[in-house]
Amino acid sequence: MTRYLLRRIGLAIATLWILSVIVFFAGQVLPGDPGRAVLGPFASRIAVRSFDHQIGVDRPLVTQYLSWVGGLLHGNMGISYSFRTPVEPIIVTALGNSAKLAALALVIIIPLGIAGGVLAALYTGRAIDRTISLSGLAASTVPEFVSGIVVIIVFGVALKILPYPTGSLAGLSVPSQLDHLILPVIPLVLVLFGYIARMARAGTIEALDSDYARTAVLKGLPRSVVIRRHILRNSLLPTITVIATQTGYLIGGLVVVEQLFNYQGIGRQILSAASSKDFPMLEAGILTIGIVYMVATLIADVLYTVLNPRLRVGVSG
Amino acid sequence: MTATPDVAASPGQVPVAHGLAAPPAPWRLLLRKPTFLIGTAVLVFWVVCAIFGRSIAPHDPLAQSLLARNSPPSGAHPFGVDSIGRDVLSRVIVGARDILLISPLATLLGTVLGTVLGLVMGYFGGIVDTLIGRVVEAVLALPVVIVAFLFIVAVGPSPLTLIVVIGFIFTPLIARTVRTAVLVEGQQDYLASARLLGERPGYIMFAEILPNVLPVIVVEFTVRLGYAIFAVATLSFLGFGVQQPTPDWGGDIAANYGLLGAGYWWETLFAALAIASLVMALNLVTDAIEQVISS
Amino acid sequence: MTSQETAAGEQEIPAGSEPTLRVANLDVTYRVRGQNRPAIRNVSFQIGGRESYGLVGESGSGKSTVALALTRYLPRNGLVTGGSVSIAGKDPLSMSGSALRDLRARTVSMVYQEPGRALNPSIRAGRQIAEVFEIAGLDRKTAADRAEDMLRKVQIPDPGQVMDRYPHQLSGGMAQRAIIAMALAAEPALLILDEPTTALDATVEAEVLDLVAGLRADMATSVLFISHNLAVIAQMCDRVGVLYAGELVEEGPASVVFDQPSHPYTVGLLRCIPRRGQRKDHGRLDAIPGFQPAPGQDITGCIYAERCALVIDECRTAPPPAFGIGPDHAARCYRHEEAAALPRSTPADASLPSPPDADDPIVTLRGLSTTYKNAGTELKALTGIDLTIMRGETLGLVGESGSGKTTLARALLGLVQPDPGSVLEFDGSPLPADLRRRRRDLLRAVQIVFQNPDSALNRRHTVRRLISRPLVRLAGLSGSRLAERLADLVRSVRLEQRHLSLRPGQLSGGLKQRVAIARAFGGGPRLVVCDEPTSALDVSVQAAILNLLADLQAKEQVTYLFISHDLGVVRYLSDRIAVLYLGRLMEVGPAETVFSGPHHPYTEALLSAVPSLDGQRRERIRLQGEIPSAATPPSGCVFHTRCPRKLSTGVCQTTEPPLAAVEPGHQMRCHIPIGELRRLQEIATLNPQ
Repeated sequence: MTRYLLRRIGLAIATLWILSVIVFFAGQVLPGDPGRAVLGPFASRIAVRSFDHQIGVDRPLVTQYLSWVGGLLHGNMGISYSFRTPVEPIIVTALGNSAKLAALALVIIIPLGIAGGVLAALYTGRAIDRTISLSGLAASTVPEFVSGIVVIIVFGVALKILPYPTGSLAGLSVPSQLDHLILPVIPLVLVLFGYIARMARAGTIEALDSDYARTAVLKGLPRSVVIRRHILRNSLLPTITVIATQTGYLIGGLVVVEQLFNYQGIGRQILSAASSKDFPMLEAGILTIGIVYMVATLIADVLYTVLNPRLRVGVSG
Repeated sequence: MTATPDVAASPGQVPVAHGLAAPPAPWRLLLRKPTFLIGTAVLVFWVVCAIFGRSIAPHDPLAQSLLARNSPPSGAHPFGVDSIGRDVLSRVIVGARDILLISPLATLLGTVLGTVLGLVMGYFGGIVDTLIGRVVEAVLALPVVIVAFLFIVAVGPSPLTLIVVIGFIFTPLIARTVRTAVLVEGQQDYLASARLLGERPGYIMFAEILPNVLPVIVVEFTVRLGYAIFAVATLSFLGFGVQQPTPDWGGDIAANYGLLGAGYWWETLFAALAIASLVMALNLVTDAIEQVISS
Repeated sequence: MTSQETAAGEQEIPAGSEPTLRVANLDVTYRVRGQNRPAIRNVSFQIGGRESYGLVGESGSGKSTVALALTRYLPRNGLVTGGSVSIAGKDPLSMSGSALRDLRARTVSMVYQEPGRALNPSIRAGRQIAEVFEIAGLDRKTAADRAEDMLRKVQIPDPGQVMDRYPHQLSGGMAQRAIIAMALAAEPALLILDEPTTALDATVEAEVLDLVAGLRADMATSVLFISHNLAVIAQMCDRVGVLYAGELVEEGPASVVFDQPSHPYTVGLLRCIPRRGQRKDHGRLDAIPGFQPAPGQDITGCIYAERCALVIDECRTAPPPAFGIGPDHAARCYRHEEAAALPRSTPADASLPSPPDADDPIVTLRGLSTTYKNAGTELKALTGIDLTIMRGETLGLVGESGSGKTTLARALLGLVQPDPGSVLEFDGSPLPADLRRRRRDLLRAVQIVFQNPDSALNRRHTVRRLISRPLVRLAGLSGSRLAERLADLVRSVRLEQRHLSLRPGQLSGGLKQRVAIARAFGGGPRLVVCDEPTSALDVSVQAAILNLLADLQAKEQVTYLFISHDLGVVRYLSDRIAVLYLGRLMEVGPAETVFSGPHHPYTEALLSAVPSLDGQRRERIRLQGEIPSAATPPSGCVFHTRCPRKLSTGVCQTTEPPLAAVEPGHQMRCHIPIGELRRLQEIATLNPQ
């Protein structure tokens, strides 16, 4: 199992490396001159060139890439073109804000999604299953900004019971922060609900149809024990992996939701970096997201391995 | 040797292993599903809007009447007027066009490329498979929307860019699904049987395996189509998709949601509902197709 | 008709003994796509205290449905539409949820076909058995102790350790023992065994059957034993019921039903099985014509009338009642008195292939080894195989799972790469190991019939395309010559023109296998590998396929490499037999020599493990322990860990014996001299038990 873990971490690092190459070179293809973009159309050509030289974009690409990666390894993500300050503090603050939003979304969605999926599976084909399945499907495919608009209109504009726009949480008390986070969390929750519930439902149905479930029932165990001890243990295992892969969608959703609600998270930061051609910020932001995703899937894989006896203890005897 | 039938099929004996009659054709089963019918009806409505939108729309979707800016729904403008004086109803109707052009083409591109790639990965395996697998993993590590805007920023937004970029992003995702299906088929003896006839890899991939993984590809196409609409709408909302002033649901919401705080809800709500109805309808259809294929 | 009419299953039970199970007029229906499809029709039988009752039938006969109905675990679309069930005086069909749970916990328990899947993969084996005691109210510690006792009772070595294992760490035989322990833990009044050994290897099956028989002697449990295997039922059961298409067509004491069957179906079924050393030169097997009626088909008269050679008008108008024949023996047939004289549906005379030349090899394998590499571990599937296949013969290849018989076939076909140094020759010239390097004439020369036609036929292609393709690719035919040869081929595998436009999914299992055979013969092969070609088929279909293979061999003069785990089938078809164990050739020789002995101790064990319908008198050799993993084969002779005749000198543990000729044409890999083996095995044969 240690071997598996080392292999898994090695793969994650390899993937991150590929990602860094993609991000860096995709960033370099962006048309336009950073100096011009940052200093504006009225700056002199000399000023632009000296800016470019100062930030090093006139060096060969490979040299730039190596020095960028070298900097990253030392925790140095570079200097933002727009802010003329180091990138890390900005990214860290933004990441923290996004984490609050994401954490709240996950805390709500994981139990809700699993409960919904299991409930649907236990009543396969009945009205409650169709309701959960179809509404989950619908919710998960409507873009976040669409459901966001609807909840803003209903709760923020018509009923005026929740604050809109969300803006910055700085200086707010915890209950007030939560108050501000509810509206932006709803679209995220809606999108994720369908995925998680779907997976939990499929896993549970498979377990219910299994031979070992039949063994458990014919043993004379009460239904509640069968479900708790024999079904859920096996059915929720794959769901863990799904939750981790949904981190990717969650982050994609953050970009949109942060934009819609004017919330200072990493998604919004990346978006504004992209439109102002602030490469160091853009590259750092995207790579950060990549790392978060890698860590999430790594944790999920480890968890899956630890919880699954077939992987934890090999065949012996 | 005299040919003596040792299994004399009695007259009238149907050599069908299961079932009294041939099962109904899949499309007949589809027509029995209310979800499929409702979904199709909504889809047809939007396709009609996409094709004939200009003739159906009551006003010119680009014309600005500055005096009517931000006016709420009324007889003349059932969905109201937006912040620069354009008729919202007309823009919602005509707005179906670009998204319904870009999404299917992008999905088609991704499906065709992904199918070929998936067949090659699954059939040959080995180093090809590992390498492509790594790249897929790296692309997957980023939300589709972010990868898309990274490239769109680089190339500049246009419908063609959107089609190509989304198609390319879908390619590895679809390839992965097809690859899995091919690996399942790989366990079947009919592939060994084909190799024993000296069939070439191309024949085996496209004539032997492809027909068997086609249901998976059909389902994948419809599911991806939903994602494509999701992605196009989202990109337009973020400013990297269909550009203003072209009527587009996502773009129109982006242009007007800043005024929500002032209570001008009609400028964004109808476009939002249009997107929601389109994706939900598509998913009802997808769900029905999936159920019929899996049964 | 002179027999008095009594309904089977309603015969008087000796006074004072209430039967453990009473099933009366049971009807079960499945609802499929809005249509009702009866699966069980008017089935009645009963099982007395401590009695063992066998329910035998082919696939689709509804035997498992009966078991599920008894435990009220029918699938959601299944419904008991009539009749009654009583288990130890209680009616599971009408009782409340909690009473049903109680019944399942205390009174009836079940053992399943696939032991590996019947255990929960994420709970330790011991805990799963202990659960039964916990339901009965014991605390966790006591329950665990009792579970360990049960494991000891089912003769699992080192029960303490097995308690802590997860199911994936148990072999199939061990898992089945664990399930039997679980099923017997509550000392149920009725134990249902649903194909308990079908998924197991022959030697393991024999151990499990012995175990069940032994436990029955100790416990007061009645047994319902469900199987498709007539010999297993004959060995294990006191009485037997024969199910056909959801109806119980015959019932009686096992010995009587199998010796003097009185229903044409039972008679036909027994004739399908090669028995008493029957060989192809003794004549064809007698197959049952036609097909089982489709589920839900409306049948007014006798369910078997369509396929019956004794059918009279009466059979088609009114369903026959159960006619009492002898004590406790009944059959639902108007002509039960003539059933034994059922006319053959297949002529016995067979044109035989000319006897193969004893010294004209078509295939020569020398030092054939194959290694699978997977995630750093190496698995040696075949080790140094030296084997020749003679022109025109049928070489039977037998061995249990993991013996390497399929790998050998695949290496010969070029689908698996042998290790360097292996020599393959075909017709005197080298056979390239890589399929891609074989020229067309070599491709067409070596073909295969796979075990499972569902997997071997592309389900999206029509029968026409499936059969034409080898004609185009290998025989290079086109146009009218293609059409001609196609029609010829279709006729020779006894398919019909109308089948050509169908796809495999629309054909029954037997017809599908005919398509696969046609494909193998399309290119005009000289060697056809038959890899378990009948093991996915029902007995009645198997006979027809075996006849077809024998006929085709005579007509086309092909050589067969015939792989099967079914020794009766191998014996029927083969001229010579090769026995594999853990990737090594243990014995090879003329079929009759290998079967009659003296044989290798492993062959001996394999033969004695097979349940027989004929009540053969043969001492039963039982092997201890599990088949070792091919990844870590034992030292010396690989069979020494299980060999009952291991020499006391210790040479078996240290030195691998060579494959040596012990008689003309008979080779064996054993340290024991042939004379000694003859002495040991003759003694064994003369003094049963």
